[in-house]
Amino acid sequence: MTALMSPRDHLRDGPELTGEALDRRLARTWRRQPGLIGWLSTTDHKEIGRRYLVTAFVFLILAGILGLAIRLQLARPESGLISADRYNQIFTMHGTTMMFLFAVPVMEAMAVYLIPLMLGTRNTAFARLNAFSYYVYLAGGTMIWVAFILNVGPDAGWFSYVPLSGPEYSPGKRVDIWAQMVTFTEVAALAAAVVMTTTILKQRAPGMSMGRMPVFAWAILVVSLMIIFSMPSVALTSAMLMSDRLVGTQFFNSYEHGDPLLWQHLFWFFGHPEVYIIFLPATGFVSEIVQTFSGRRIIGYPAIVLALVATGLLAFGLWVHHMFATGLPRQGYAFYTAASMAVSLPAGIQIFCWIATIWDGRPRFAVPMLWVVGFIVTFVIGGMTGVMLASVPIDLQLHDTYFVVAHFHYVLIGGAVFPLLGAITYWFPKITGRLMSEGLGKLAFWLGFIGFQVAFMPMHFLGILGMPRRVYTYQPGLGWDGLNLVATIGAFAFASALVIFILNVLVSLRRGGAAGSNPWNASGLEWATSSPPPPYGHAHIPVVDGPTPLWTHEERLPVAYGLRVEQREILLTTVVDAVPDVREPSSEPSLWPLVSALATTALFVCSIFTPWALVIGAVPVTAALIGWFWPKNNDVKPEPVID
Amino acid sequence: MSGALQTIQSVAGNDGQQSALISNLFEIFLGVTGFFYLVVIVFLVWAIVRRRRNEASREPLLGRTLVVWVGIVALTLSGLSIATWLTDRSLAQAADRPGLQITLTSHQWWWEVRYDSGQASQVIHTANELHLPLGVPAEISLRSSDVIHSLWIPNLSGKEDLIPGRTNSMTITPLHAGIYRGQCAEYCGMQHANMALDVTVESPADFERWRAAQLAPPPPPPTAPLARAGYDYVTAGPCASCHNIAGTPASGQVAPDLSHVASRRSIAAGTLAMSHANLVGWVSDPQGVKPGNAMPNVPLDGLQLAAITAYLETLR
Repeated sequence: MTALMSPRDHLRDGPELTGEALDRRLARTWRRQPGLIGWLSTTDHKEIGRRYLVTAFVFLILAGILGLAIRLQLARPESGLISADRYNQIFTMHGTTMMFLFAVPVMEAMAVYLIPLMLGTRNTAFARLNAFSYYVYLAGGTMIWVAFILNVGPDAGWFSYVPLSGPEYSPGKRVDIWAQMVTFTEVAALAAAVVMTTTILKQRAPGMSMGRMPVFAWAILVVSLMIIFSMPSVALTSAMLMSDRLVGTQFFNSYEHGDPLLWQHLFWFFGHPEVYIIFLPATGFVSEIVQTFSGRRIIGYPAIVLALVATGLLAFGLWVHHMFATGLPRQGYAFYTAASMAVSLPAGIQIFCWIATIWDGRPRFAVPMLWVVGFIVTFVIGGMTGVMLASVPIDLQLHDTYFVVAHFHYVLIGGAVFPLLGAITYWFPKITGRLMSEGLGKLAFWLGFIGFQVAFMPMHFLGILGMPRRVYTYQPGLGWDGLNLVATIGAFAFASALVIFILNVLVSLRRGGAAGSNPWNASGLEWATSSPPPPYGHAHIPVVDGPTPLWTHEERLPVAYGLRVEQREILLTTVVDAVPDVREPSSEPSLWPLVSALATTALFVCSIFTPWALVIGAVPVTAALIGWFWPKNNDVKPEPVID
Repeated sequence: MSGALQTIQSVAGNDGQQSALISNLFEIFLGVTGFFYLVVIVFLVWAIVRRRRNEASREPLLGRTLVVWVGIVALTLSGLSIATWLTDRSLAQAADRPGLQITLTSHQWWWEVRYDSGQASQVIHTANELHLPLGVPAEISLRSSDVIHSLWIPNLSGKEDLIPGRTNSMTITPLHAGIYRGQCAEYCGMQHANMALDVTVESPADFERWRAAQLAPPPPPPTAPLARAGYDYVTAGPCASCHNIAGTPASGQVAPDLSHVASRRSIAAGTLAMSHANLVGWVSDPQGVKPGNAMPNVPLDGLQLAAITAYLETLR
């Protein structure tokens, strides 16, 4: 009961304004405007997060279907099911969609939805930028999929090595569309990263010092900073590729003193951190789930946080392990071997802390926890093969084979998708107010877990038997036939599990049991709001005095009073200790993010065809941004906390 | 490793000094990481089975265990790094004194092979095949004429990329005589899947016989009427603008050298096994067999097709 802000001339929440009266007032201020305009102009992080999540899952389904097409083609040798040209588009779209349009965005989606609730604030920072991020992502994904359906899908692989992707060997617009899709997702990811970094650093509930932040918030903070430092590298290199293809620069043409390896360096300087950008949020899910279902605070919180930070830093020092076969100097390779192996140290620390928490707690094995156990069993195999691939000589044998395909599916599906499915089951009641079916959840888990192993374990042996990745056909007699057939059967089992999972979501949306605000007896602030949370999140801003607020204060959370209720206002706190600092107006709903995103889309898409689009297209973008940033006649200004 | 993994294109083949060194290292890694996996699984199962009821928390003990765990993992990783470095050094030493110089140039989607020599008359040109004498370190210079490819003969050695504008190198020291298969490992465009290489490791005497056959003066034009008709078509028709056949007017330089094509094990970079039927199939419809490759479908009547294949089969 801390009165940090005294109600004076404006209506503020406080002991006099609380309960239902407050809820009504806040709902009126924070609700979405009615109609289509309201739907398009919303800046509510929960609505944007939900859209991000649904869109990312649509891309998962699309890319998953392509994965099944790949497995059907490879189920037997010399299959004529899919032509070489179509197959190459299919595997390129599978990888591109999974990496750029599913895995990274789905983690951003979870963060956009959950982080403000976990931190006890009403909305993200830069709420309009958040909406802009979503629209740009949607536009980029739509563009590349429309192109694919029109048979101009990219076909140079998800990392588009030059010179294969250059103007001479990839004529037409396929690769340009790929490169512009990367531009779209860069802009979207950078926007989301800026939003998340600011929200986490400045909008935590009073008292939620850095040492009391949920582990998931730490993971998102690290990942957002990684996005900010890694995306410029791929932005640069995809711009160079576009410019080689569109205006005849020669950045990558060795005959004009360009260098094809420049592409690989710049791409993997982004591409390797990208893998941890996907993986670290998943470890955040695991920490939250393990803590809740073990019924005790996570063991080794400082070690886990340091492990997250260490992974984030190391991620920038090992991109060359993708390039061991390119003939760079051998002495340099030794450094990257050591750095790549060193990553398993923070991973090992996290694994230990999770198991120790289960060991020391009273674990309940509800569905989210099953996914966590499946994650540990699976991910650690990916870690083992990762250590092998970090070793230069071993990598020279296994690089670009199905062994690597197995490895990265173990770390990305086992390491990120399993925790994600657990996390969705875990937070579904918060998002929808209903519980997911436990029976269907268990069925999806067991079928998914076993199907995954059947699909991807044989690929290790295929790699050892010399099967390179990205081949649309293979000859009989090399010992690959049976293993490939088994992998295909497993892939269909795994896909069925995902179908069951999605059916479970759809059925539970209508028929799931009512969840209540905290169905799992969890400790985080997001569970203090009703389920689903109202547009304003927490009615009063909670005050935090420990790492597990809802376990410490089972009856009633201490709260801070004094935020305006007639205008959208949020509380900013100091970066390290989260001492209340400033009251700040939060963005009103606006159509400008959508308009700006459309203008940006027009510029990006047209610049595939002519460089003049950059000049002419800049005009509507500028106009839209002027509209966006036009000064508002608003009497609400940032104000210090104590007036 | 088990016998099921011993094929003509297998990392577990151990048929070269380089691949054997790497296999040893791989087995060390497999053993060590496998052990750690077991430790993790045992701890996990114990944690699940234990389900602490009412006894007190043992957090301080777990904290101390974490420190020990980190120490053990760090030491193990250091050990694996050192093992890696030692193997890498052995590989570098094995490349010290090559007895054979080969230049391999990759094209979309075939391999151009040249056995180098100080004397121009001793240089051999061939395509999509390598013959290597047992026990002799062969240094292969790697170049690319178009996009990035990667040479990989898993039974003999790890892979190395062929990058336009750069010259990489790989040394292979074969340990066992036999027939092996290599394949492009870096995605290089539409027919990446059909870019293989036949490798024959043979005794030095057999290798010298093969070399002598390659260097022998070209035979005169065939006298059998059908083969002679084929000779006339191939050396004067569209084939000659791309292919080279030693001792004939066919002197194209952009497609595989056909001087000894019938002595090879396969057609079109490992796409088809060498046989009469496959040769007919390939010549009549290269775009159907390997869509997107540089060889066009040339309209041929049955007689022309029979003549061309009859001639090609004389090129041994």
